[in-house]
Amino acid sequence: MWEMESQRVAFGDSLRQLGRERQDIVVLGADLSSSTRTFVFAEEFPERFFNCGIAEQNMMGVAAGLAAGGKIAIPSTFAVFATGRVYDQIRQSIAYPKLNVKIVATHAGITVGGDGASHQINEDIALMRAIPNMTVVVPVDAVETPKALRAAVEYDGPIYIRLCRINVPRVTTEEDPFEIGKCTMLREGADVTLIGTGLMVSRCLKAAETLEQEGISASVVNMSTIKPLDKAKVLELAKATGGIVTAEEHTVAVGMGSFIATMISENYPVPIRRVGIPDVFTASGESDELMVKYGLTEEAVAKMAREVVLERN
Amino acid sequence: MSTYDEDFIASLEARARRVRRHIIDSIYSAGSGHPGGSLSAADIITALYTAVMKHDPENCCWDKRDWFVLSKGHAAPALYATLAECGYFDVEELKTLRKLESRLQGHPDMLKCPGVEVSTGSLGQGLSMACGIALAMNLDRQQNKVYCLMGDGEMNSGQIWEAGMFATHYKLGNLIGIIDRNGLQIDGATEQIMGIEPLAFRWKSFGWHIIEINGHSMRQILDAVERSKEISGKPTMIIAHTIKGKGVSFMEGSLKYHGKSPNDAEYQLAISELEEGA
Repeated sequence: MWEMESQRVAFGDSLRQLGRERQDIVVLGADLSSSTRTFVFAEEFPERFFNCGIAEQNMMGVAAGLAAGGKIAIPSTFAVFATGRVYDQIRQSIAYPKLNVKIVATHAGITVGGDGASHQINEDIALMRAIPNMTVVVPVDAVETPKALRAAVEYDGPIYIRLCRINVPRVTTEEDPFEIGKCTMLREGADVTLIGTGLMVSRCLKAAETLEQEGISASVVNMSTIKPLDKAKVLELAKATGGIVTAEEHTVAVGMGSFIATMISENYPVPIRRVGIPDVFTASGESDELMVKYGLTEEAVAKMAREVVLERN
Repeated sequence: MSTYDEDFIASLEARARRVRRHIIDSIYSAGSGHPGGSLSAADIITALYTAVMKHDPENCCWDKRDWFVLSKGHAAPALYATLAECGYFDVEELKTLRKLESRLQGHPDMLKCPGVEVSTGSLGQGLSMACGIALAMNLDRQQNKVYCLMGDGEMNSGQIWEAGMFATHYKLGNLIGIIDRNGLQIDGATEQIMGIEPLAFRWKSFGWHIIEINGHSMRQILDAVERSKEISGKPTMIIAHTIKGKGVSFMEGSLKYHGKSPNDAEYQLAISELEEGA
C-alpha cells in the first residue's frame, strides 16, 4: 500500500544538496561512508568530508572542534557507534558546550537485522534524550528525512537524528510540514490516540484501519521529535480521546512511551499502553521476522488500543 | 634561538609568579581544586598568552586569534589566572573559583568564562577538539595556530592516540600539542600506573615533529614554539618536562597536592614562598 523508500539514500542526497547551498557544512565519517551514504557528499565535496577511520570518539571530538571553529559539523555512523560508544564525547565535548554538531545515526534499532545485538542499539533515544541541550529527532520516512536534516542545519545547537537501515513506508507527503518539537497528525479519531515514532508510525496507521472496522476511531500521531516532546499536543489528544497507545522500535523501558507516560501521569492521567522492545539484547534475523518476534506489529498496537478503550469505559 | 631580551624574559617570569599566587589564592578560597598540575603548567600557559598567541581580551571572537585548548581541564586555575592577568576579567573574580553562580567552574566552561575556547575536563578529549579547530582554520584559509596543552596522565587514553593519527593524516601543521610531562598522575608516578615511555618515540612514530624542553624555562618554551612554526605539513608535539607543584617547595614532586587545597598554614607558607620569589 505504501511505497518503500530508503531514508539513507534521502539523507545522502539531501546532504549533498545542503552542501551546495552552504559552504559551512562539513561531514565526518567513520569508515562507513558507503552504508551511511555520506559518500554522496564526499564525492562532490572531498575537501569538506573527513573520514576518521574506525575511531568514533575522535570523530565526535573533531566534530566539536570544527563546530567551535564556526562550521556545522555532521558526523554520521551506525547508531550503536554514534551513541553508546561515544556517550561521553557527546556529553562533554558537544552537548555541554552546546556546539553546532548534527549527529546523523543510521542503522538504529532491531531492523539492522542479521548483524545481531552487537549492532542493534535499542537504547540510543534514551541515551541522547538524557543529555541536557540535546535534541532528538526521528524522521518517519524518506520524505521527512531531508526536512529534518534541513531543520537541524538551521537550528543552532546539537541534534541527534535517528534513521533506519531498511527501506521504510512513505507515510507523509512533500507538502506535510515538519518542525522540530512538533508532532504531526496523520489521522483524526475520537476514541484513542496512537502515537508512533519512526517505523512504528506505519504500524499505527494500519492498526487504526483495523480498529475502525471494529467501531473504534483512532487518532494517529507521527512523533518525529522525541526531545523536546510536543507536550501541548499530547495533552490535547489525551483530553480529546481519553486514552493513548505509544509504539516505537526502541526499548520500552526508557523510550518515547515512558517519557509520554510520565508526562501524562503528572498532568492528565488517562489509560496508556506502550508497544516497544522488551528489556533484552535482541537477536539476528530478518528485519520483518524480528519485528514480529519482539512484538512490534500492527496487531500489538491494535490489541493495546482495545485494552485502553476497555479500561477507559 | 629567540631574540627575546633579558628584561622581557624577567617580566614573563614575574607574571608567571603572579599566576602561581593566583592559583594558590583561588584554590585556597575554593577549598578544593588541583594545585599540582596547575603549578606545573603555569609557565607554559603564561608564556603562550603573553608572548606567543595572537589574542584580544577585548574581542574574544577575533577571527585572527590563535586558539588554546586546555585538554588537562583540571589545570583551570592556571588558565583562569592567566586570562585575568591578560585582562579578560578582573583578578578579584578568581576568588569565586568553584563557587555557586561563578563563571569559573571547576573545569573550564566556554559558555560561562570569557577567553575559554572550549569546555574540557573529561581527560583525553582535548586533542580531538584541537584537531577540529585546526581543520576549520585550514578550510577558511586562516593562519591561526591551535595550541593544545595535555597532561601526561592523559597519554593513557586511547582517544589521544586516535587524534594523534588523525592530525598527521590530515597534515595539521597549524596544530601544536604540548605535554605537561610532570611525571605524576593521581595514583602515582606515570611509569608505575601506566607506562607511557618512550613518549617522544611514540609521538614521532605517529608522524609528529617532536621538541623536548624544560617546561619551566621561558626561553625554551618560546624557542620551541618558534621552531614549531618552521615545520609545515605536520603537527608538532612539545614535550615539556615539568615539576608537579612547581614554585611551592612542599608541593613540588608531591602526589599529595594533585587535587587538594592547602590548609591555612600551608597556604601562608606557599604565598610567602611565592612572594619571596617576586
